[in-house]
Amino acid sequence: MNFLDKTFELKEIQRLEGHSDRVWSVAWKPATGTDGVPAVLASCSGDKTVRIWEQSSPSGSFHCKAVLEETHTRTVRSCGWSPSGKLLATASFDATTAIWEHIGGDFECVSTLEGHENEVKSISWNASGTLLATCGRDKSVWIWEVLPGNEFECVSVLQGHTQDVKMVQWHPSVDILFSCSYDNTIKVWAEEGDSDDWHCIQTLAESSSGHTSTVWALSFNFSGDKMVTCSDDLTLKIWSADIARLQSGDVKAPWRHISTLSGYHDRTVFSVHWSREGIIASGAADDAIRLFVENEDKSVDGPTYSLLLKKEKAHEMDVNAVQWNTATDKRLLASASDDGTIKIWELAPQSGGEELSL
Amino acid sequence: MVSELINANPIVYEKKERRVRIPAADVDEYAVEPIDQLEIFDHLRDIKDPEHPYSLEELKVISEDAVEVDDKRSYVRVTFTPTVEHCSMATIIGLCLRVKLMRCLPSRYKVDIRVAPGTHATEAAVNKQLNDKERVAAALENPNLVDIVDECLAPSYES
Repeated sequence: MNFLDKTFELKEIQRLEGHSDRVWSVAWKPATGTDGVPAVLASCSGDKTVRIWEQSSPSGSFHCKAVLEETHTRTVRSCGWSPSGKLLATASFDATTAIWEHIGGDFECVSTLEGHENEVKSISWNASGTLLATCGRDKSVWIWEVLPGNEFECVSVLQGHTQDVKMVQWHPSVDILFSCSYDNTIKVWAEEGDSDDWHCIQTLAESSSGHTSTVWALSFNFSGDKMVTCSDDLTLKIWSADIARLQSGDVKAPWRHISTLSGYHDRTVFSVHWSREGIIASGAADDAIRLFVENEDKSVDGPTYSLLLKKEKAHEMDVNAVQWNTATDKRLLASASDDGTIKIWELAPQSGGEELSL
Repeated sequence: MVSELINANPIVYEKKERRVRIPAADVDEYAVEPIDQLEIFDHLRDIKDPEHPYSLEELKVISEDAVEVDDKRSYVRVTFTPTVEHCSMATIIGLCLRVKLMRCLPSRYKVDIRVAPGTHATEAAVNKQLNDKERVAAALENPNLVDIVDECLAPSYES
């Protein structure tokens, strides 16, 4: 559908309060919010806790179902559900990654992954849930194999970034890992042969039309042929690769810069997330949430993107995370902020703004 | 803290006289008064240098002119001048400025802290660190660093 033909609004559905410090990250539990299953969201904070929020009914309001505390001793920087939704991984400044399982009504810490020298900043599960990646201030990226019995074995420690690594993210369908860093680059990592031999196969740096300051986050579109990255340089960048080549096993199919969205942000962009329908949301240090869509008519130079809407003062302070629920048909977005709150938004056609059809 | 001083003989300047605010007679006393340059400078001038018993004002690390403020846009930028070009205390001083403003300004404020252009050997690196809120947050969970910052921010008895 062409979103730009209609006027949309981002409606605040609910404001979730409970964290006593800035909220760094949120993660929707997979396959919730659809087929009569109430939506579940995890959030993590500078208050050292993780909170689990659940809808009271498939379309009802959210309430805090559990507080995961007394495990991490410092800020919990990011959280993420395994693809099956059975496990939740949390990365902390205390240098550990905790694995939580929902057992008999309680969330129990079933495993603690140690190895990073200091702050762990991000985690990511691969599509099949067999691998977990972590990264941190020690400039390294670790790949862990998920073994039976909640055992995790480190299969590779990847060095290559020259500064702390802000985020790791697996490709949605192929086992290729992406990391972005304070060193302004994005690195692509893949396994060569079957020997658990992971290597950096590409570095997207300033010289390849990349970012000129810290790259904070990245996200893939639904089909996995495009990636969006956001940065302290106030831009979003779109990259693309030949998905047929990737899926046929040629992990070295290169990622190319295809578009830069500049002039839209005036402070650091911390978070970016691509919806199933193709809407890119960004969360920034100017307290605003912005939504972008690809223009229908492609220029000869490749796709171009337009601002669909800007929600000024989405929060009282910096917006650290934006995350679409990709399971539900409703366009539900969660955001997290330095103001200590999480907000649930619904993107809907503006009421009264319906098109006249002749 | 350090065995050898980074700058053993800093030049010490005189403190600026404190101006007393004279409220204009026709001002609505219930109106919200915008935060101005002097108010922010007053918050920062008495911060102590990490290695000398002098204030940042006395060492001319900051001055009133170093503070830019736009109250309408809730924006502040502080530009400080390290005493020497290779001062390894620059990030600590910047961190003290940031923490002080975090504590005394309303949370709506956006604060940028930077080294004065051309006054530090690793200016870009220092600026990048001071404005990376994740690294600042991690630093402020480090008890040793917090002790140093609190020491610098402790009220001095003479003022």
